[in-house]
Amino acid sequence: MLDAAVASRAASVDRLRNGVAAMAWAELCKLRHDNLDIFTRSVQPLLWLFVFGTALRRNRALAGGFHDYRAYLAPGIMAQAALFIAIFFGLAVIWERDVGQLQRLLATPIPRLAIVLGKAAGAGIRAIAQALVLLAVLALTGISVRWSVGGVVGALVLLVLGTGGFACLSMILASLVRTRERFMGIGQMVMMPLFFASSALYPLSIMPTWLRVVAHGNPLTYEVHGMRQLLLGISSGGALWVDFVFVGAFLALAAGIAARTYPRAIL
Amino acid sequence: MSRDGGAAVLVDGLVVRFGEVEAVRGVSFAVEAGESFGLLGPNGAGKTTTIRVLTTLLRPTAGRAQVAGHDVVREGLGVRRILGYIPQAISIDGALTARENLEFYARVTDVPRRERAERIEHAVTVMGLGDFLGRLGRQLSGGMLRRLEIATALLNRPEILFLDEPTVGLDPTARRLVWEHLQELRAEAGTTFLVTTHQMEEAERQCERIAIMDRGHLVAQGTPGELCADYGVQTLDDVFTAATGRTIEEGGSFRDARRSRRISRRLG
Repeated sequence: MLDAAVASRAASVDRLRNGVAAMAWAELCKLRHDNLDIFTRSVQPLLWLFVFGTALRRNRALAGGFHDYRAYLAPGIMAQAALFIAIFFGLAVIWERDVGQLQRLLATPIPRLAIVLGKAAGAGIRAIAQALVLLAVLALTGISVRWSVGGVVGALVLLVLGTGGFACLSMILASLVRTRERFMGIGQMVMMPLFFASSALYPLSIMPTWLRVVAHGNPLTYEVHGMRQLLLGISSGGALWVDFVFVGAFLALAAGIAARTYPRAIL
Repeated sequence: MSRDGGAAVLVDGLVVRFGEVEAVRGVSFAVEAGESFGLLGPNGAGKTTTIRVLTTLLRPTAGRAQVAGHDVVREGLGVRRILGYIPQAISIDGALTARENLEFYARVTDVPRRERAERIEHAVTVMGLGDFLGRLGRQLSGGMLRRLEIATALLNRPEILFLDEPTVGLDPTARRLVWEHLQELRAEAGTTFLVTTHQMEEAERQCERIAIMDRGHLVAQGTPGELCADYGVQTLDDVFTAATGRTIEEGGSFRDARRSRRISRRLG
């Protein structure tokens, strides 16, 4: 009896792992077939970095006392670009429902959680590819990042966790709306407040109290804060492990909710 | 066949409600193992909702349904492991190649790693897909897409294949080819088919037994010959008219019509 229960649990874990791996593999294949997408999507973050960032380059208040605003901005822009990818993953869910892919997937033995985590991993893969382009540009232009293998890998891990969490949030939203047009509106409505009420563009210290309170509950704040610690060696107070725990907990919570709401998308 | 030797599919007093709307109203039927069974009716009759319950996508409001002896509510995973499902809309991922689509579905349908290559090869041969495995899904014609889709549904060697309007949007040649491949599969593997369609002529040719649905009710069932004899008419279209007092073209909502057009567009 106990052996059967252990075997059944092992099979479930296997199915979850294989499902996530299959979804992530499919996303990698798509990226390989359309790798130009990463470069076209990189234009917007580069504009933020080199137009917005250059215009305010000498503003030390905006950079939280750091000497180069472009360097300060870089992790925020990386996270923002990944947030854009993640939030619009919900659009893909609606498309997949309309073309029947979602129904097919839900009728396979793959667990719902594997579908959600697989999609989140797919968003994370795209975020990494885009972040690598941005990191290469930072290296080429000599923007003062503190280069270390541990720092870059840690920042990418945090980026993947955060992007995965926002992709799950996007899937939750997609299960609540019927049309792609409606989702576009809701996606914008969610994305912009997440971006502006975070430390992506400016430090929490210059925000009014109410906005700072909101930003403290925003996972993007912790994602960017952790990436800044890892890539620039600057912190506005919190420990790095807090950033990882907060973003990891956000991913776990959003994935858990999305796994429950996601099948509703077909109704 | 089911675990206890009974029907491959058993539906008993099935009711599905969406708020105030009752999409399926107390439907009962059974499909024998190895049979090709057709669910017929106009758009909006409740056929797709019934299939969605049988494939565990929807929970019934009342009644029960079993697939190969597994209860669709209590043993959902058991059902999903032994079924193949082809939804009405084309479910192939257009951004992946035909081979990648096959590999993906092999991975998510519990096909053991060491058997994947062999099963993919077999499905490719059975469905005649050899020449375009490297093409992206979005570059394939409607008939090729349907055949690829059926190939992906064969990889886990399903006991029962659910086909929801499998030839909608296809031209007559592609439709004939798809059915030829499906019937070859049945002859080879003895797979049970449960097919929904609103094309009476197709059902008459391809299904051994038929159940006619209208507005959520099952209004008649039997072999095509029995149904025509019972109602004293020549065709299944006439059976539908005699049983419901309407023609089959009168059913369906704006959403159904939009979906059909979208599928037809995608199939080119």
